[in-house]
Amino acid sequence: MISQSPVLIIIIPLMFAFITLIFGWWKKNLCYPIVLIALFLSFLASLNTLNTVIASGTIHYRLGGWSPPWGIEYVVDYLNAFVLVIISFVALTVGVYSKRSVEQELPEKIVFFYVMFLLQVTGLLGIVITGDAFNLYVFLEIASLAGYALITIGEDGAPFASFNYVIFGTIGACFYLLGVGYLYIVTGSLNMADLSNILPGLYGSKVVLVAFAFFLVGISIKMALFPLHVWLPDAYTYAPSSVSALLAPLMTKVGAYILIRIMYTVFKPYFAIEMLPIASILTWMAVAAILYGAAMALAQVDLKRMLVYILVSEVGYITLGVGLGNRVALTGAILHILNDAFMMLSLFLIVGAIMYKYGTRNISQLRHIHKKMPFTMAVFVLSGLSVIGIPPTCGFFSKWYLILGAIKANGWVFVAVLLISSLLNAILFFRVIENTYLEPKGELEHDSESFSEVVTIDEVPSSMLVPILVTGAGILILGVMSGKIISAIIQYAVPAYF
Amino acid sequence: MEEIVSIRPLLAVLVTLVAALLIVFTGEKHRNLREFWTIAASIIKFTIVLSMVPFVLSGKTLEYTIISLTQGVSLQFRVDQFGMFFGVLASALWILTSVYSIGYVRGLNEHAQTRYFFNFALCISATMGIAFAGNLLTLFIFYEILTVATYPLVIHKETEEAIRGGRKYLVYTLTAGVVILFGIIYIYNLTGSLDFKPGGFLLGKGPSNVLVFLFVILILGFGVKAALMPMHEWLPTAMVAPTPVSALLHAVAVVKAGVFGCLRIILYVFGPTLLKELDLWLMLAYFAAFTVIVSGLYALGQDNLKRRLAFSTINNLAIIIMGAALLSPSSITGSIFHIGSHGFMKITLFFVAGAIYVKTHKENISQLDGLGRQMPLTFGAFAIASMGVAGTPPVCGFISKWYLAMGCLEAKEVVFLFVLLISAILDVAYFFPIIFNAFFKSPQEDVKPHFDEAPMKMVVPLMITSIVSLILGIFPNAFFNFFNLASMAAGKILGGV
Repeated sequence: MISQSPVLIIIIPLMFAFITLIFGWWKKNLCYPIVLIALFLSFLASLNTLNTVIASGTIHYRLGGWSPPWGIEYVVDYLNAFVLVIISFVALTVGVYSKRSVEQELPEKIVFFYVMFLLQVTGLLGIVITGDAFNLYVFLEIASLAGYALITIGEDGAPFASFNYVIFGTIGACFYLLGVGYLYIVTGSLNMADLSNILPGLYGSKVVLVAFAFFLVGISIKMALFPLHVWLPDAYTYAPSSVSALLAPLMTKVGAYILIRIMYTVFKPYFAIEMLPIASILTWMAVAAILYGAAMALAQVDLKRMLVYILVSEVGYITLGVGLGNRVALTGAILHILNDAFMMLSLFLIVGAIMYKYGTRNISQLRHIHKKMPFTMAVFVLSGLSVIGIPPTCGFFSKWYLILGAIKANGWVFVAVLLISSLLNAILFFRVIENTYLEPKGELEHDSESFSEVVTIDEVPSSMLVPILVTGAGILILGVMSGKIISAIIQYAVPAYF
Repeated sequence: MEEIVSIRPLLAVLVTLVAALLIVFTGEKHRNLREFWTIAASIIKFTIVLSMVPFVLSGKTLEYTIISLTQGVSLQFRVDQFGMFFGVLASALWILTSVYSIGYVRGLNEHAQTRYFFNFALCISATMGIAFAGNLLTLFIFYEILTVATYPLVIHKETEEAIRGGRKYLVYTLTAGVVILFGIIYIYNLTGSLDFKPGGFLLGKGPSNVLVFLFVILILGFGVKAALMPMHEWLPTAMVAPTPVSALLHAVAVVKAGVFGCLRIILYVFGPTLLKELDLWLMLAYFAAFTVIVSGLYALGQDNLKRRLAFSTINNLAIIIMGAALLSPSSITGSIFHIGSHGFMKITLFFVAGAIYVKTHKENISQLDGLGRQMPLTFGAFAIASMGVAGTPPVCGFISKWYLAMGCLEAKEVVFLFVLLISAILDVAYFFPIIFNAFFKSPQEDVKPHFDEAPMKMVVPLMITSIVSLILGIFPNAFFNFFNLASMAAGKILGGV
């Protein structure tokens, strides 16, 4: 049973998606517990897989016993075991959180939501676990289709945003598929490890070059790397709270994971770094993403939209780390996959909580919500500090490695951009903090009555609050533990040859 | 150097962190219990800090490693003499400030008191962390926590002026933080280690132009909180904060953290040998001397009492940095000791400003005529402390100035002796009129002719600090070998040469 845990990670949510549908037909209230069971089991299976990887190295799991390169193989090394745990944890947290939020936002579509939710999670987990380039495409489409559906059920602008996403996402997936096809033409293989062995002899081939270009553009669309991010702001803003809380931390990170896999596992690092100037092009796109995201975020009055642009900027960080192409920067990028997942999760959960209570996300209308929602807002401040990069929150440590990596690569512009983006983020978050925490203009009335006035705390229900608090605690703990996480996992997760 | 593993530095930091949480959960409803946490934590903290003094005095360092942060760098406390000195100072003054704060916020019926005490406790935890940090990264972590924790205190009044002051504060300090971070990462890239070492650890670790560049950006970075000109603008603006905040944070914790950071950089990261080799020490000394003189001139022009004190603070902080930059045994001793003596004296002055404000709601110097007759204790303390800042014996400012002056001669740089003298004259020029007007000018109409002091919770702390300033002036070692800590630290730094 335990040795089957790699496949269980996928099978459980997939099976439960159908079980949810059947039971949901019968009784709507059963969806939530069933989904939680599925996510919890899947989380356990990923933890177990990570443990196995730490204990005994890379796992090769053959689906149906067919041996690679003909059969589909799941390959779990440190990198994907790590990402799997992140995904299943985030999914579980959002799952717990979703109940009340969905009941309020989508009372008619609960069954539909949960089925799609599980399929989405299945897709994301599958992308990460598989060691087969074509199988990855299949899961990518599962995740994307579920994503389109989930986004469509959101607010007024959602169907259009989702349609926009469908077009972009389909182009992205097609490009990826074309890349796989081209590689299949010249190598006859779809297995990543196999490809990685065959390809070096073919690096001069135009077909391989074209394939690589297709991969890169396709993945960039999926991970919303500037300037291919245009589908993202609308889609994530209008999506239901629970959906954006699931997709925002994960979809982009999974994209980043695919990028690392293709660039540095399927292809050898020297191909993208030395033979082609791809890595350095990526870094410049990342710079543009970081600055553009922060600048656009400054212009937003809608809190969620502001976060969405911050997400664009965060994708830039990870890409920068990948593009810098040295060990430290990659450590930073992989660490940031974890840290940013937590930060975005917490921020999007909080926006959902605010929506749940107030029905608005307009920053200027959120005055004094900290009096009613002290815990939620405390976590908001903490997450904000983490995005800015104030120690000891986790965001600081990913910045540390990214900056160190940039210094090692002699990329002074990148160092400057990373530092400046900290300040831009500080402006962003302190603007919100000023707006929510402080008195409006004018002198305060210091009357003695104000002391006896009991401020009634009116927090969101505990099924929403607990996930927020857990994530908030995670941001602090991951920060302090980052040294341990790196020495135990990430240093082995950095692809070979670095 | 003997090292002892001890959890005490961690406890000293944690005590107030726990207190901060207790304060939040106790909240506004049980004010007395909430204030009890503050006082209890401050006393426990002070006791823990004191319990470490004997070890440090016997030449040992106390170490505690919490967790490894990255290869070669841990979240680590290491208490040496210099850190001990700062720790004793900050924790001692926190007790007094706590008592005073309670008097102040209740006297004025301030709003958001829970937030106030919560952030105060966070700040002092961060300050302890800075004092005991064993390496640059640990120091930086607490330094940034201090930056953030101070912000709610600066904007406490939530008026537009306060919010603007807060923004300015953040712009300055966060930018500085980013610059420091870059410097630290660069050093880590050069050496793979960030542990402080008396006499520095960067010698021969990099090309000299890189080291010069690093020194400049680190001093500029830490110099922001140390309010070196031209990066001082935030400090007078941040005076919109309630007075106890100005007192502890802008006379002791925040600005001193900046100075402490500068001194760690000068003496424990770069070290005298390297700075002499790079010819940086004299440049820094001139840079600081410029601030000394100019801030003194600025102070003359201020009518708002707290702003005048702020410029006087800038002046004294620059003196400390100047002393350290001269790199002679006496000047370093004097400079470290001045961190303490200036702390006691300046906190007295701020306490006085707050007491006056609570009692009479007056903020400007021109309104203080004759007030000394109504509030003789307060103004008596003011007289002692301000004379001390000017360097008059027998107040403790004299001791530090004496050593600083000696240091100028040892370094054979007489120019700085004159800088010190001019600054002393300026001190007299901007403090003396206040004392004179308060005691000898005919009272303004609203001054009561009889004894009518501020609440005792405020008067007692300010009297204690002024008396301590006096005692330290006569017996510099009166409390826990205060002076010896400074001179031992100096000895160790130069002994490492």
